[in-house]
Amino acid sequence: MDSSKTMTMKEAVSRFVQDGDTVYLAGFTHMIPFAAGHEVIRQKKKDLVLARATPDIIYDQMIAAGCAKRLIFSYAGNPGVGSLRCFRRAHEKGIPKPLEIEEYTHFGLSGRLFAGATNMPFLPMRTNLGSDLPAQNPLMKVVKDPYSGDEVSVVPPLKPDVAVVHVQRADVNGNCHIWGIIGEQKDAAFAAKKVIISAEEIVDESVIRSDPNRTLVPDFLSHAVVHEPWCAHPSYVQGYYDRDNEFYVKWDEITKEHESTMKYIDEWVHGVESRSEYVSKLPPSKVDGLRPKEAYSSPVNYGSV
Amino acid sequence: MVIVAARELKDRESVLVGVGIPNLAANLAKKLQAPNLLLVYESGAVGSNPSRMPLSIGDPCLVSGAKSVCSMYEQFAYYLQGGRIDVGFLGGAQIDKYGNINSTIIGTYKTPKVRLPGSGGACDIASNVKKIIVITPHEKRRFVEKVDFLTSPGFIDGKEGWRKLKLQGGGPYAVITNLCTFKFDEVTGEMTVTALHEGVTIEQVQENTPWNVKVAEELVTTPPPTEMEVTTLRALDPDKIYLR
Repeated sequence: MDSSKTMTMKEAVSRFVQDGDTVYLAGFTHMIPFAAGHEVIRQKKKDLVLARATPDIIYDQMIAAGCAKRLIFSYAGNPGVGSLRCFRRAHEKGIPKPLEIEEYTHFGLSGRLFAGATNMPFLPMRTNLGSDLPAQNPLMKVVKDPYSGDEVSVVPPLKPDVAVVHVQRADVNGNCHIWGIIGEQKDAAFAAKKVIISAEEIVDESVIRSDPNRTLVPDFLSHAVVHEPWCAHPSYVQGYYDRDNEFYVKWDEITKEHESTMKYIDEWVHGVESRSEYVSKLPPSKVDGLRPKEAYSSPVNYGSV
Repeated sequence: MVIVAARELKDRESVLVGVGIPNLAANLAKKLQAPNLLLVYESGAVGSNPSRMPLSIGDPCLVSGAKSVCSMYEQFAYYLQGGRIDVGFLGGAQIDKYGNINSTIIGTYKTPKVRLPGSGGACDIASNVKKIIVITPHEKRRFVEKVDFLTSPGFIDGKEGWRKLKLQGGGPYAVITNLCTFKFDEVTGEMTVTALHEGVTIEQVQENTPWNVKVAEELVTTPPPTEMEVTTLRALDPDKIYLR
């Protein structure tokens, strides 16, 4: 068994995230690797190009901490709550530093990752025409469909320098089982040059091989495997813990000013060494309250003659 | 608004749902006239059967007991671009008389007065669903002569301009406000009042709309909510997260 890839989040971020990198922390509302973002902030990485369909609270925090120079996104809101105030402060007022933006639709950005993952030169899609968005983003282009002669919108591939993909369970080599909302985890892992896997549980390879259809990310894609329970809090992991909606609402209050935001980051990011310290700082009643009810799937037979 | 929107949904249709009001409308329709309504969420959940009120489009309760869950790219490619979604609900900060929607910016793109979240899937939905239904409060700041930024295409500058784009979707179908229901003129693509909610006058609608409002020849009054509609709706949101 090759366990050379297993390491702490601190080591993984230190080895595989460089200043100036294009970084993709995967997860569409589900399994957002907050622990990786916090480690990036602790290690004071800078000039990063942050890419995500929904920047969510994690990129809001990384922007407030001064890690980002550019944001590639398609929906910059606090899901179910409202604005991402740190993103807006940086973009509108340059606090703590100016933030360039590169904006797509959801289909456009997920298409860019798909094109990156499958090494396409570009990807045509039925959207963007008639919108004012392409005029603001020179990377969105219109070409002539060689078959019908009609105009068609295209986007270029996105190949992040590094992607972080959090999963329910992985083996030590980085074969990953993922279920629930599978967002763009697979596309991000295949598109990125370097991949950090973090997992709620590390399981034996035989568990993975018992259900290969659930393996969305195979081991040869990843460079690091981190065992990181509760990595995704305050987002969620299906079957492990629910979304901390209370915190998503509270974030709106915390971020009213840059100073109040930094107070939070000092306490909850710089003030702890690791994710396990962060989790032990959460009230036990909060942790217990997020544990979901059980709902197991029916087993399937993978047998052959 | 929720009840009027729910009435627009037919059994066996597929609907792309966002959280909040559209989710309530879709789930209300499913409990009443449209038990086989297929709820599809941007997050990739298909055929959801939420046991409680989802608080984001990626809420785990949309996955538990769903028919299928696919990736984000697959949802947009197989379902939306594949032409398999009948109805899409949209909202936004501004809408004009051709149903063009702004959810990107107030002011100009380079010097925003207010930076809004952006398209998300809205432009993709507007370009590909058979019917776009917009649910919005009827306020003067939301109904504008010209949107500051065209995020999601309605009928552009009228049906002719829209036809040139050759979008596969059917364009805007209805705009439902707290005062009235608009549908769109078959020829010009202009928003037209087709129904006034009980007790609302056309003058009130005009007062809150900056352009000369077009009124349908056979203007009707929206049938008032039935007891069944009201009790079913209240049961969907017992904690009054979205209903006041």
